[in-house]
Amino acid sequence: MIEIKDLHFKYHSQKEEVLNGINLNIKKGEFVSIIGPSGCGKSTLCLTLNGIIPKTITGEFSGDVFIDGISTREKEVSEFSKKVGMILQNPESQLFAMTVEEELAFGPENLAVPRDEIEERISWALSIVNMENKRDEFPGNLSGGQKQRIAIAASLTMTPEVLVLDEPTSQLDPVGKREVFRVLRDLHKNEKMTIVLVEHKTEHIAELSDRVVVMDKGKVVLEGTPRHVFEKVPILRELGIMVPDISYLTYLLKEGGYVKDIALTIEEGRRLFI
Amino acid sequence: MNAIEIFDLHFSYPECDEILKGVNLTVKKGQFLSLVGQNGSGKTTLAKHLNGLLRPTRGKVLILGEDTKKFSIAELSKKVGHLFQNPENQIFEETVFNEIAFGPRNLQLPEDEIVARVDKVLKTTRLSKYRDAHPLSLSGGEKQRLALASVVVMEPEILVLDEPTTGLDLLSIQGILEIVKELHKRNVTVLLITHDMELVSELSERVVVMGNGQIIGDGTPKEIFANDELLARASLEPPQIMKFSKILGLNPEVKVDALYKRIIETL
Repeated sequence: MIEIKDLHFKYHSQKEEVLNGINLNIKKGEFVSIIGPSGCGKSTLCLTLNGIIPKTITGEFSGDVFIDGISTREKEVSEFSKKVGMILQNPESQLFAMTVEEELAFGPENLAVPRDEIEERISWALSIVNMENKRDEFPGNLSGGQKQRIAIAASLTMTPEVLVLDEPTSQLDPVGKREVFRVLRDLHKNEKMTIVLVEHKTEHIAELSDRVVVMDKGKVVLEGTPRHVFEKVPILRELGIMVPDISYLTYLLKEGGYVKDIALTIEEGRRLFI
Repeated sequence: MNAIEIFDLHFSYPECDEILKGVNLTVKKGQFLSLVGQNGSGKTTLAKHLNGLLRPTRGKVLILGEDTKKFSIAELSKKVGHLFQNPENQIFEETVFNEIAFGPRNLQLPEDEIVARVDKVLKTTRLSKYRDAHPLSLSGGEKQRLALASVVVMEPEILVLDEPTTGLDLLSIQGILEIVKELHKRNVTVLLITHDMELVSELSERVVVMGNGQIIGDGTPKEIFANDELLARASLEPPQIMKFSKILGLNPEVKVDALYKRIIETL
């Protein structure tokens, strides 16, 4: 679905490369999480996945990003925005309409999608984020988690094949976080959506992802299944990446010879003690 | 001596529903207290009463024994330092030094004292090498340390931290926490507002839970996180370690090292 080949990028204003030779393939239907310390280049990488970099934000760009086989150098951002939906940290920066319905209709209307199909897409998107009853609501009246779900639904009405989410829950309270992660899980499991998620908190990543990519200083330094990555507790802590507390605890116990494995979830932890 | 005393505090914006509905809270000097609860439960509104940004609609707030209504925001800001979520909202000067010196200059302290204070704070916050740098050239974690430095330089006796670690990575968070722990050792009273229950468990002596404009829980981290009914009511999720200690049938623990010890003892 997405192929990244020897990607380098440097912002005009900065001395050093933010992306320093990234190679990464993301398969259709895969849930890939990207983690790494602040400044490692993960947000910049997100912006290359729909062509915003290098088309809108320019800089020194080399290498290639292919979406469905087409290089992001070749077409305009608007072409890729049909395939790749982008969700940012703060949902308020993405919402502007007077009702949820108008918010969701905006994208497909601009693509001149027929009216009844727009209607179908809106109903589908609202059902996925579980907000059918908020159709006529003013987005400003919604809670943080609801706003972020509407931002996701607005993205879905473009029927993208990939959703890229850059720390979508960092400004939400625990309830909002749970709501958004539930939506992501459903999109992956039921709709077979390809998902690229940048996230600081690793508890949810361990449960949801097919693959975890660890970045540091503009490079991919570790990648694999959540188990493969989160077992490397000392390396991750050295990089300044939080591992789930349950993994840290079972890592300490394993080092002491008390348990055989490192647990990624509480359920796995429970099984170690049976 | 109490750092903060709040009596029957009610607050509403004109013509709007009440946000605070009768809050009573006493915080001893030197205590480390975390304030938790869902968005909209009134945490930030309560905190804004401590430095006079908001004034009670009814009830009263005492800071170090004196009613806040006697003081201007400027006077209160000498006693109560306030660090907000987004450091960029608090940064406006051209150099790191001037940014930190801004508060003390407004107090019209002599210039040599200002320099001494700023340099001391630069050291505490490990920003000395950026003394002449432009604040906006700093990383996210460094900007948050700078915002904290600008608060700490006023030598407040009470420090309010409103979601200070949102969006920061582990190393940046640890950088902030080391400074806060150091201040707490010097008997500064700390009131931390956060959604991060791991952070609450790690740092606080006392947790106060807010829900719908009122205090609905008050206790040690262990007491609060073991109370399932309260957590459900406040829509809070207990830390992983608390959940896990319960699953293992052990006495509730909230910290990794504490649960580690307990598990080894029982094995």
